[in-house]
Amino acid sequence: MGAVAPANAILLAAILFGLGLAGVLIRRNLIFMLMSIEVMLNATGLAFVAGGARWGQADGQVMFLLVLTLAAAEISVGLALILLLQTRRPTLDSDVGNRLKG
Amino acid sequence: MITQIVFWFFAVVLIGSAVMVVSARNPVHSVLFLILAFFNAAGLFLIAGAEFLAMILVIAYVGAVAVLFLFVVMMLDVNFSQLREGLQRYFPVGAAVGLVLFVELALSASAWRIAPNVRDLPHARVPGASSNTEALGELIYTHYVFLFQACGLVLLVAMIGAIVLTLRDRPSAKRQDVAVQHARVPADTLQMMTLGLGESTTGNGGFRRPIGKSAEKPVSRPALVIENSPDREG
Repeated sequence: MGAVAPANAILLAAILFGLGLAGVLIRRNLIFMLMSIEVMLNATGLAFVAGGARWGQADGQVMFLLVLTLAAAEISVGLALILLLQTRRPTLDSDVGNRLKG
Repeated sequence: MITQIVFWFFAVVLIGSAVMVVSARNPVHSVLFLILAFFNAAGLFLIAGAEFLAMILVIAYVGAVAVLFLFVVMMLDVNFSQLREGLQRYFPVGAAVGLVLFVELALSASAWRIAPNVRDLPHARVPGASSNTEALGELIYTHYVFLFQACGLVLLVAMIGAIVLTLRDRPSAKRQDVAVQHARVPADTLQMMTLGLGESTTGNGGFRRPIGKSAEKPVSRPALVIENSPDREG
């Protein structure tokens, strides 16, 4: 990572991942949970790129491309599910959706 | 030195915007802080030498994902009073789990030693790639081609899934039913007749729909035909 030690970048990624996980657990709204998942995926991509830059290789960047693709797929399907849930339920609170009936 | 300063600046702003994403009350503010976080991550990628991915991050994440979030957030009618109800209740558990995970990751990263001869291992090397984009392209289309194809498949499945989930079949919508169209035969809708010399269509009842067929099959709309059947004349 240039003049930056890769341990700092890994530490930053760990902080971001912990923040995203705490967000998923704390927030009860499905939109906020999806956004926290985005933060977590961003943290993993940062760790991959930092690890790849440690060796001057582009392998980590290829992994980040995969993470980007998965994030896009997850967000499209997740937002479609949220739109469906919004039409059938009065709220997006994830605690309410604990019964497996429509 | 300047790289260090830029790195820490981007890192601090990234962490701050991530905190705001998690803790913002308004989801629109949260999405905007998410966009700020993505921009800062793109800056970090630039420091790491991944210029192509920095541009991809801005285009794909900010241009597609965050805008999609904004669309959905503005489409939904979010009840702001309900948003904060569970926050105090779940804050200790969520913060504790996040902190434990962070400590674990930090410990494992600090205790991580790289073997000194790891550069001798046979891994994907890019010989003589000058730019970052060139190196990435040579890796994607050679060593990781199956992974690349799998990415495309994942996107295809996600696209089909999103379309299937949000497709609403309204009964009032006019749609083309190919099976009904193929099942139509001329005898359902048309009746051939011969007019005598000097007769007009109005003298034979004019243009009218065939009786009986149209009531059974409402989908296939019959055309106007000339009726001249002998049982109708009497």
